[in-house]
Amino acid sequence: MVSRNTIGSLFGRSPIGPIQEHMQMANEAAQHLPELIQASADDDWKRAGEIVKAIGEAEADADKLKRNVRRNLPKSLFLPVPRTDLLALVSIQDQVANAAKDVAGIIIGRHMRFPEKLQPGLLELTETCVAACQKALTAIQELDELLEVGFTGREVKRVEGMLKELDKLERRTDKQAFALRAKLFKLESELPPVDVMFFYRALTLLGGLADNAEKVGDRLQILLAK
Amino acid sequence: MEIIAEYGHVFLIMACVFGFFMAWGIGANDVANAMGTSVGSRALTIKQAILIAMVFEFLGAYLAGGEVTSTIRKGIIDPEIMADDPQLMVYGMMSALLAAGTWLLIASLKGWPVSTTHSIVGSIVGFAAVGISMDAIYWGKVGGIVASWVVSPVLAGSISFGLFMSVKKFILDTDDPFGRAKRYIPVYMWMVGFMISMVTLLKGLKHVGLNIDMGLGSNFANAIPVSAGIGLLVAGFGALLLRGIKEEFDEMDRFGSVERVFAVLMVFTACSMAFAHGSNDVANAVGPLAAIVSTVQSGGEIAAKSVMPWWILLIGGVGIVVGLATYGWRVITTVGRKITELTPSRGFAAELGAAATVVIASATGLPISTTHTLVGAVLGVGFARGIGALNLRVIGNIFMSWLITLPAGAGLAIIFFFLFKGIFSP
Repeated sequence: MVSRNTIGSLFGRSPIGPIQEHMQMANEAAQHLPELIQASADDDWKRAGEIVKAIGEAEADADKLKRNVRRNLPKSLFLPVPRTDLLALVSIQDQVANAAKDVAGIIIGRHMRFPEKLQPGLLELTETCVAACQKALTAIQELDELLEVGFTGREVKRVEGMLKELDKLERRTDKQAFALRAKLFKLESELPPVDVMFFYRALTLLGGLADNAEKVGDRLQILLAK
Repeated sequence: MEIIAEYGHVFLIMACVFGFFMAWGIGANDVANAMGTSVGSRALTIKQAILIAMVFEFLGAYLAGGEVTSTIRKGIIDPEIMADDPQLMVYGMMSALLAAGTWLLIASLKGWPVSTTHSIVGSIVGFAAVGISMDAIYWGKVGGIVASWVVSPVLAGSISFGLFMSVKKFILDTDDPFGRAKRYIPVYMWMVGFMISMVTLLKGLKHVGLNIDMGLGSNFANAIPVSAGIGLLVAGFGALLLRGIKEEFDEMDRFGSVERVFAVLMVFTACSMAFAHGSNDVANAVGPLAAIVSTVQSGGEIAAKSVMPWWILLIGGVGIVVGLATYGWRVITTVGRKITELTPSRGFAAELGAAATVVIASATGLPISTTHTLVGAVLGVGFARGIGALNLRVIGNIFMSWLITLPAGAGLAIIFFFLFKGIFSP
């Protein structure tokens, strides 16, 4: 008799917490990438295999969390922000985890090892991509503070500041990827052509990871816009 | 007349038992709606909530419950029509109590969200319309009561919306929310103190036999300065409590300290909520009882003007407290566990908005549903974008409970009415 108490059943489960957990898991998948690049540089494929496995697990967990968020967002819920925006946010957050898994897949699948000359630049690019993911997570973690103030005022400005930093990181990854491609282009003739093709592909995927992190920020901004 | 003389004591005992049963039901089930929000936002422990509920439900019933009681007792049906057959009034009110109590029991077992107020009003209208005559009912007043069921959630929602917007503007969305919270929260505490003392002064003290006259003309003008003073005392006491709270910085939970300040405020609004609930809902049990007692005691004369004996409100108050102690605490715990997303800064706005509305209704003698008013208040905070997720299906449930409870209460009351009539005056 208690379970259907009027006031008790008035309150739904807030989607904010689960959305934050989901982003945390997606970010965790991405955070393994610098180690993976390092392992490939060291030609340590046993270690690389373990890292890829960890990334895969994080991605699978993120999938579970994503479904959980969706399941708990029925149309009858009354939310402080549009339901469609929240669902879109989760979908894009999930792309971060997927992108991380794609990068990991191509590296482990071909035992891909970039030429020595490109290694420092590659590691730098990966670090920046991962930093962009971390920044997106920081912004998402402001969601509960945003809810606390009712999605208005100073807190919105604070988050908008974070999103600007996120944009900056993404632009940096673009520049770093551009520089790497230029270097790769110069070395192209000395390398096996198939490898070169996949080097370009890996760089594109890494750039895609940062793009997705930025898209998380964009979605958050749409959510905040009045 | 002979019937009352013959069975007077039996009627009295039965009425007291039914009234107590009804009050017990209110304490066991209904109070949870009023107190659950405080427990859910973790402003109060379950023990504190029950203690507050016991004290303030009782005070509300005793000090401000008179008006609604008199509406239930003589505001819905016209006692004059039964002047020749006073026993009909006794049967009717007993059947209303029994019908409402039974219906609430069935509904609780089935898990339907029903309102005590709607059950009792439906029952009274039912027995009077079918058992006596359609003319026995003051349809205008009943219309007013039904309209208040729509108005009260909307009013509560508007007040809560305004309160939460003010919290956003003056406290949360500032550079120093913690300092602001400490400075402004006593103002809200003042509102609580002012509101409760206003109602008590205007409606309650005549039961207790006190009369404050400062020579300011009307009762209302007299009550304002006294209430303002009491409000200041309450605010001062609250400010003292707030002094003990220190700000702790936590990057992951930047509003944690602010919420702890609001939690203190919520103790005050919880008191007002319990007071408001007591002032309105106890009448559901006590009103019919009062009608029976006054009929029996005057030896069959249905005296619309007779003074209500003080012990009747006492039965209602004690019944609620016993209901709370035996069963209600479990319901409060469960409700509280379900409302984890409500923070004190929202919970207080919802409670204060609901309590203000209910107290106004109590003062005007309108029996409204405290639960539905609180739902309206919570939705008001939700409209101010303050709550993570609200389940709108509840609104549908409320409409269903209106549609089902009124005829169900009425139907049961009619059955019991003819049953009593058959037993006592064949």
